[in-house]
Amino acid sequence: MSAYFGRRYTLSASHRLHADALSEDENRAAYGKCNNPHGHGHNYFVEVLVGGPVDPATGMVINLAALDEVVRTRVTDRFDHTNLNLDPLFANSVPTTENLCRAVFELLKDAMPAGELESVRVEETENNFFEYRGE
Amino acid sequence: MIFLTRRATFSASHYYWNESWTAARNEEVFGRCANRNGHGHNYTLEVTVAGEPDPVTGFVVDLKWLKDVMEQEVLAAFDHRHLNLEVPEFASAIPTTENIAIAAWKRLEPAIAAGGGARLNKVRVYETAEIFAEYRGEV
Repeated sequence: MSAYFGRRYTLSASHRLHADALSEDENRAAYGKCNNPHGHGHNYFVEVLVGGPVDPATGMVINLAALDEVVRTRVTDRFDHTNLNLDPLFANSVPTTENLCRAVFELLKDAMPAGELESVRVEETENNFFEYRGE
Repeated sequence: MIFLTRRATFSASHYYWNESWTAARNEEVFGRCANRNGHGHNYTLEVTVAGEPDPVTGFVVDLKWLKDVMEQEVLAAFDHRHLNLEVPEFASAIPTTENIAIAAWKRLEPAIAAGGGARLNKVRVYETAEIFAEYRGEV
């Protein structure tokens, strides 16, 4: 019997959307106010969905405390209250929420204490969200 | 194909306990959820059905009908109940969010299939705003 277990986490971080390959005008056109020079921040929600068999002894796909520990050490401690542009993961890519979503997926996918990482969804605001399910 | 989701809430109590384990093992694995006096949640049940809109009504299913099915099949059994003690599925399975989602699916699936208009696509159960489980049937 397989099911999915989901958990939401929050992290607060700043970023600036700016592509070095684009001119100043092109950056402005592409990113609008997200290109403002000093950056801005969001309270992100990170939703982690893990799929796998339900252990008959525990009734669980994954132990919530074990998942929390992995997400804390790999994702929240890394990004919370930081400037995303300065993280080495974004040295060569723009920290859009698409790229943040994919980065979180890659940081977590091989670290699941049980089950398989199914998807990562990152909500940048209550009206914007992004989801990545691996390739 | 259109996916239509209806949400409902229910409030219930439960605890996590595996009878074949020692008390110490139960407390180690389940933490505060192992308190035998139980505790409760306001759960949110999300039921997604999939189908084609009827050419006459434009409905995948009648939402009032779906509401009634959810109430009769799930809420009538779970709402304001102690899941371990009053819901038969949890006499033999721990009422984790995962198992609640599976139990809700098994209750809903035949009733929705019998309606003839759509099939059950997934059931998602939120235990809190931050914790949920999803079941999509056996794939």
